[in-house]
Amino acid sequence: MTAIDPTAHLTSEQIEELGRELDAIRDEVIAARGEKDAAYIRKVISVQRKLELASRGVLLFSFFPPAWLLGTAGLSVAKIMDNMEIGHNILHGQWDWMRDPKIHSTTWEWDHVSPSEQWKHSHNELHHTYTNVIGKDNDLGYGIMRVDEDQRWHPFHLGQPLWNFINACFFEYGIAAYDLELGKNLRKRRRKNPEFRARARAVGRKIRKQVLKDYVIHPLLSGPSFLTTLAATFTANLVRNLWTHSVIMCGHFPEGVQVFERRSIKGETRGQWYLRQMMGSANISGSKAMHFMTGNLSHQIEHHLFPDLPSNRYAEVAVKVRALFEKYELEYVTGPLPKQVFSAWHKVFRLSLPNKKPKARTPDREKELLAA
Amino acid sequence: MTSTALRSRAWKLLETVTTPLLPSDYLDLVSPLRAGADLRGRIEAVHPETGDAATVVIRPGRGWRGHTAGQYVRIGVDVDGVRLWRAYSLTSPTDRRDGRVTITVKAIPDGKVSNHLVRRAKPGTLIQLDQATGDFVLPRARPAKVLYLTAGSGITPVMGMLRDTEFNDVVMVHCAPRPQDVIFRSELHDLAADKKLRLTEVHTDTDGKLDIARLDELVPDWAERETWACGPAGLLDAAEEHWTGHGVRERLHTERFRPGIVVAGDGGEVTFSTTGKTVDADGATPLLDIGEEAGVLMPSGCRMGICFGCVTPLRSGAVRDLRTGEITEAEPGVLIQTCVSAAAGPCDIER
Repeated sequence: MTAIDPTAHLTSEQIEELGRELDAIRDEVIAARGEKDAAYIRKVISVQRKLELASRGVLLFSFFPPAWLLGTAGLSVAKIMDNMEIGHNILHGQWDWMRDPKIHSTTWEWDHVSPSEQWKHSHNELHHTYTNVIGKDNDLGYGIMRVDEDQRWHPFHLGQPLWNFINACFFEYGIAAYDLELGKNLRKRRRKNPEFRARARAVGRKIRKQVLKDYVIHPLLSGPSFLTTLAATFTANLVRNLWTHSVIMCGHFPEGVQVFERRSIKGETRGQWYLRQMMGSANISGSKAMHFMTGNLSHQIEHHLFPDLPSNRYAEVAVKVRALFEKYELEYVTGPLPKQVFSAWHKVFRLSLPNKKPKARTPDREKELLAA
Repeated sequence: MTSTALRSRAWKLLETVTTPLLPSDYLDLVSPLRAGADLRGRIEAVHPETGDAATVVIRPGRGWRGHTAGQYVRIGVDVDGVRLWRAYSLTSPTDRRDGRVTITVKAIPDGKVSNHLVRRAKPGTLIQLDQATGDFVLPRARPAKVLYLTAGSGITPVMGMLRDTEFNDVVMVHCAPRPQDVIFRSELHDLAADKKLRLTEVHTDTDGKLDIARLDELVPDWAERETWACGPAGLLDAAEEHWTGHGVRERLHTERFRPGIVVAGDGGEVTFSTTGKTVDADGATPLLDIGEEAGVLMPSGCRMGICFGCVTPLRSGAVRDLRTGEITEAEPGVLIQTCVSAAAGPCDIER
């Protein structure tokens, strides 16, 4: 929690007005949703499938180094597309309005070891509802890191740059473990809980299928290219993991992003909820290609305000949202990818150490927080 | 190992290759109409019939099992990006050599799908298909005398019959507002000229609605005829009453379009069909709360419309989105977010 509340200058009437203005932006997009949007997601899905097929085809000859490079690059991009612009957004229900049972949040399964169903719970429900609320939103540090001065420091946190790096390399497994709340559930008697066991089994099944496909079947199909194809799929998964981890770190970790106390969301109004999403998220600036490859999570602020609007609309929504930030004199945290990644990592390093001086709260500040 | 077992093994292996997708997800990219795919069709042409009706020529996928004259087919068409399903009578004969089928669609006021098909559908578009179905068909044993009693687009299933099966003695009484509104008019007149059909057109704009008692005068032997009637509910109700009154109800076969029209209101009786509970709901309380209060185990999540964890099939009726006011009517495959939807009239939630 930063010492100064950057929303302190807003009255509660202003916050509710802000909420209404955001609702109007949302309604406008919903009314305009149509054929072009549907064509967009179908096109992206079709391109992704063709790219994956072609890359896997090229990898059959991956003993030949240029084929290895080409196939690995293609497969990495295909996996990133699957997870980001397609999977993440479909699982948010962004395309449910099309009523196409094949492109629907209830039926989609992605190229990821975490089963869609479990991810939807931890991400859509917990993270998006309780964005940046310490103790409620486990995305804050994924339970392995300290990401705010107000979180208690523990010697374990000294290693957090390393934990974070390992998490980045095996991010999809990290997410699967996170969805299972593995840390909490493996302790005590919880591991015997039948509900937890069923979910763990589902993850196990998904991991088995994914590993079998990437590290057994496709290498075997490549025959003499067995080892090089194995290396290629491993690399593609690594690239995808590092990329998605970087993008996701940029969403809530960069400097300037606010975190909130549990009690601050008690009785939260719609306007206050919107405001928390605005202050709790950060964007990545860049080209269209950059937005596409991040699955439009570069528009994290807009995504958090309107998680179910089609991702291809975030760019146009961003213009209006940014104008509201200016109108209400709020800081729109954004920057190019390297800057945001650096900022997020910097925070990870900084908070691995205890705070330089314990932040003493003045009674005034305490009052202010309670009033907010 | 039998060949089926071998094939199923091979398919299983292929599934491990494509996981988490299915092999069909890739095959659909190149061959959406292949055998074994979900049934689809491709629109090949759209021919205008009247000012507000058109015939759509569809090439069905390999899985199409054919139809019987008089049957209808449900099609799923994407209109403004939203997949909507409607049923239309097949108007093509069953033995068309090129394997294509046709439906004939009349654009109804505010009809999303019908207006789209009549005015905007483009050749090359893929649509979703169900197999043909319906009992409004001709019997195996040919009746000696036939009467077709139709009105408006009610002529479409009958046209399928006319084109498919010839009878020695066929009379048709067809109602339409004006001559130019008669779908298939020139073809009907050709049939009449060839003495294959005796046709009476009733133009309701000038002649008024058909009084069923006039049948005695238009078709004196109507009671001896095996009759197929299709048109608006008023006509069919009158016909059923008339035929029943004369003790010949078994000779009348009717087909009704658009059985129930949903009237969106404010609140209504909500049925949770799986658990069999029924409660009254107002138009402002989310269905999630209504269900929970009634003791139905409802899936829930964020309770604010963002997580899509509460989506549940809406089997009938209509609901209102509490955020946008938008009305959603029940259709097969329609799922609603119960946490932000309230009853807009009686509805049935699958829970």
